[in-house]
Amino acid sequence: MSTVELDVRNQAGLPRGAAKAAPRTHRSFGDPAFRVITLICGLAVAIAMFTLAGVLIFNSWTAISELGVGFLTTVAWAPSNGRYGALAALAGTAMTTAVAMLIAVPLALVIALLLTELVPPGIARVVGTGIEMLAAIPSFIFGMWGLFVLVPFMQESVAPWVTESWLGQVPLIRPGATFQGGGFSILTAGLVLALMVLPYITAFSRDVLLMVPRVTKEAGYGMGSTTWEVLRRISLRYALSGIVGATFIGLGRALGETMAVAYLVGGDFLTVPKSLFDPGTTVASLIALQFNEATTALDVSALTALGLVLFVITMVFQVVAHVWLRRSQRTAGGRA
Amino acid sequence: MSAPQSGERRPATPSLALAALRPRSHGRRKALDAFIKGFAYVAATVGIAVMLLIVYEVVRRGAATIDWGFFTELPPVVGEEGGGLGNALLGTLVITAVAAALALPVGFLGGVWLAEFGRNGRIATGVRMVANVNMGIPSIVVGVFIFALLVKPLQHYSGVAGSIALAFIMLPVMARTTEDMLNLVPNELRESALAMGVPRWRVTLGVIIRAARSGLITGAVLATVRVAGETAPLLFTALSSPYWLNSLFGPEGFFGGPTANLTKTVYDFSGMPYARMQELAWGGALVIIAAVLGLNVLMRLVFQRGKEW
Amino acid sequence: MVGTKVRERPDTGQDVLVAPPTEVAAARATGDDDFEALESIISARHLDFFYGKEQALFDNNLEIKKNRVTAVIGPSGCGKSTHIRTYNRIYELYRDHKATGEVIFDGRNVLAPGTDLLDLRRRMGMIFQKPSPFPMTVFDNVAYGLRQHYRLSRSELADRVEDALKRSALWDEVKHKLGEPGVALSGGQQQRLCIARCIATEPDVVLMDEPASAIDPVATSKIEELMESLKENYTIVIVTHNMQQAARVSDYTAFFYEGHIVEFGPTTQIFSNPQQKQTEDYITGRFS
Repeated sequence: MSTVELDVRNQAGLPRGAAKAAPRTHRSFGDPAFRVITLICGLAVAIAMFTLAGVLIFNSWTAISELGVGFLTTVAWAPSNGRYGALAALAGTAMTTAVAMLIAVPLALVIALLLTELVPPGIARVVGTGIEMLAAIPSFIFGMWGLFVLVPFMQESVAPWVTESWLGQVPLIRPGATFQGGGFSILTAGLVLALMVLPYITAFSRDVLLMVPRVTKEAGYGMGSTTWEVLRRISLRYALSGIVGATFIGLGRALGETMAVAYLVGGDFLTVPKSLFDPGTTVASLIALQFNEATTALDVSALTALGLVLFVITMVFQVVAHVWLRRSQRTAGGRA
Repeated sequence: MSAPQSGERRPATPSLALAALRPRSHGRRKALDAFIKGFAYVAATVGIAVMLLIVYEVVRRGAATIDWGFFTELPPVVGEEGGGLGNALLGTLVITAVAAALALPVGFLGGVWLAEFGRNGRIATGVRMVANVNMGIPSIVVGVFIFALLVKPLQHYSGVAGSIALAFIMLPVMARTTEDMLNLVPNELRESALAMGVPRWRVTLGVIIRAARSGLITGAVLATVRVAGETAPLLFTALSSPYWLNSLFGPEGFFGGPTANLTKTVYDFSGMPYARMQELAWGGALVIIAAVLGLNVLMRLVFQRGKEW
Repeated sequence: MVGTKVRERPDTGQDVLVAPPTEVAAARATGDDDFEALESIISARHLDFFYGKEQALFDNNLEIKKNRVTAVIGPSGCGKSTHIRTYNRIYELYRDHKATGEVIFDGRNVLAPGTDLLDLRRRMGMIFQKPSPFPMTVFDNVAYGLRQHYRLSRSELADRVEDALKRSALWDEVKHKLGEPGVALSGGQQQRLCIARCIATEPDVVLMDEPASAIDPVATSKIEELMESLKENYTIVIVTHNMQQAARVSDYTAFFYEGHIVEFGPTTQIFSNPQQKQTEDYITGRFS
């Protein structure tokens, strides 16, 4: 504000101090400008993703047009022989993710139950905070731990013991033709993924279970329900959408995780694993391990197409989760 | 129901037509409950113990490596002793800082728009959905995307490509965090400020953001720390380098060539069959874990203790 | 007893003798209840309660008579809810809440270790201040306790749900909405749904913790009407801060003040001729 302006006002006979209270004139364009700037930033979030989709499709085009559907239905990935099959990687991704979710989700639920219902609030808060922090640990650290601690353990203790017992005859456990001792395997990768997503799903499940109204839980106990019955029949229904949401996000993380699995899963790009103890590969680790080896334009395009496949898979899961949540909210309480 | 309803008075006694109730065994229900509780204790103990074991391994193996040289020296030539990860630490700091500078302001303003203007409109709903999908995109896909967008056309890897990849990951996180934090600010505060005739943008920047300050700072810091630990987006963008970052556009510069960074270096070294490389990898892992956990604790101590009271 | 009739005990299927509703109603109308002669279903003896270190109830002694409505009144924070929450031990959900003394129900001290809480809570239903429908359909809400405690065929279950909804005066309003979520009903309907859910399992006692404080007056009057018909089969204990409500629905009233039971007696006497100064002050609105 200039002193000249002040003088002018004072000459006009206004009382001292009136200048300060004079209405600001930039107000009329300040608001629309602010609105437009923030709108552009908001749209940037959306534009970023559409750019990603566009760039991936454009760069995959060579591979898509040359390889066609065979890309998804051929098993082996051996670019030097001109074979670009994603099936082994897709199967490996499905298997590691399934192992991870089957372990992590029930564990996360019971730990969340423990934290919300069973242990004293003080301890629950400390443990809960600890779990939230574990969720922040970068994934490559899980991978390193897996490489140096879990792989030897699986190779030397678990795999021989299991595969030589009667369990070794059960399908999915009976070692396949590519068995290499079980250290670097689908199971090892799945276990590390489970550990990686466990704190995340636990922390989220605990948050939603804490939001179940106290009176509803009391009413459940008041009807003579056990702790487990209140959790399963009442709290879980309340928290279902949140827990499913957390599960799907955990699932997305496990599906797309690279660093925690790339070294552990065995790097077998050629076969669909017959057993959890067999080595395999996942889409993400295949990209990670092959990208810097790519020599021809087709190699790069095919790997980009793998990225596109991974993108589409995670999108599909997001959409399924979204639709499912919508439906579950509509029939809230419908007999599941 | 056989009892006829007579007039407006409803039958108050249970109808005798109802068969006798046969109680379930409480023993079985209680046993199941006890089993689940026991399982919860065991599962929680095992789960938490294994996760602590991971942290313990990193600390145990990493602590021995950390000395002054670890922060100041270049990695040794393969097979040699000594050396450090100084160049990788510097590179990670620069790459992450540039990513934060790119993503945080845009994400923040985007979040402001979602919370204050877009709200439940069509565009906002769409943007919100895209942001959610965006957060679920595997980080390796982002790496492939930035490779195709920048590295391939420019014919070289660079630190800035890594920054942009990380910024892509931070953007939706920051936008959604900002929106969530602003939504926590009670509407009365907005209305009372607007009712005083203050323009919207001043209300938002002056009043609402101040009210949501602690959550916003926490969100921004944690989003930054999270991408600092990302590896996959850097694999095909910043790549890695055995040299110091020494210029902007030179072949060892931030814009000009591969840039050393902690996560990729640790990942590479941990796979090498040389003891010293593995030691350095554990040291790097320890530095990252300490930074992540340290900043998490710090944010909690600074902001959340106040909130509880 | 003259004119007794046979009713099945729901849990055992045995026939038991109960006073017919008309007889009870007649006794209440003429005020010739003989308090000493009536059977007590719950007796609180030397009951103390602690929230952590803070004592909330002091040496409470109270007799709840079978098939009567007992109102518990008093200013807020006086311990009336705390008192009835010891009956079904629901307070135990919170770690530092502790009760000492005795609550005798059906000849046994429920506060003693070894009490079967599931059975205790089946026999003592509770209605809460806020309607608390479970996140499931209307039908499943009412069927909740039945499914949990009993083995029932599909048709038996449907019959019992319908019966409970009829006795809660809700059937006509919800018979076409059985598949809709319980939370979709109005506040008053939700509270009656909770009552239906509670009486479906045939408890002996219904504990009501300010059941009408969160709903509108019309819904309140429906619930009071409902209590009128329910008390013929159940023993009801109602906590309320609404004195008119206590006067309208109850046979006996206990006045609580700062954790002490100041006065207990027939409702007519408490309201027309209180013996204690504090009771009189409260009744006449000198403090609240």
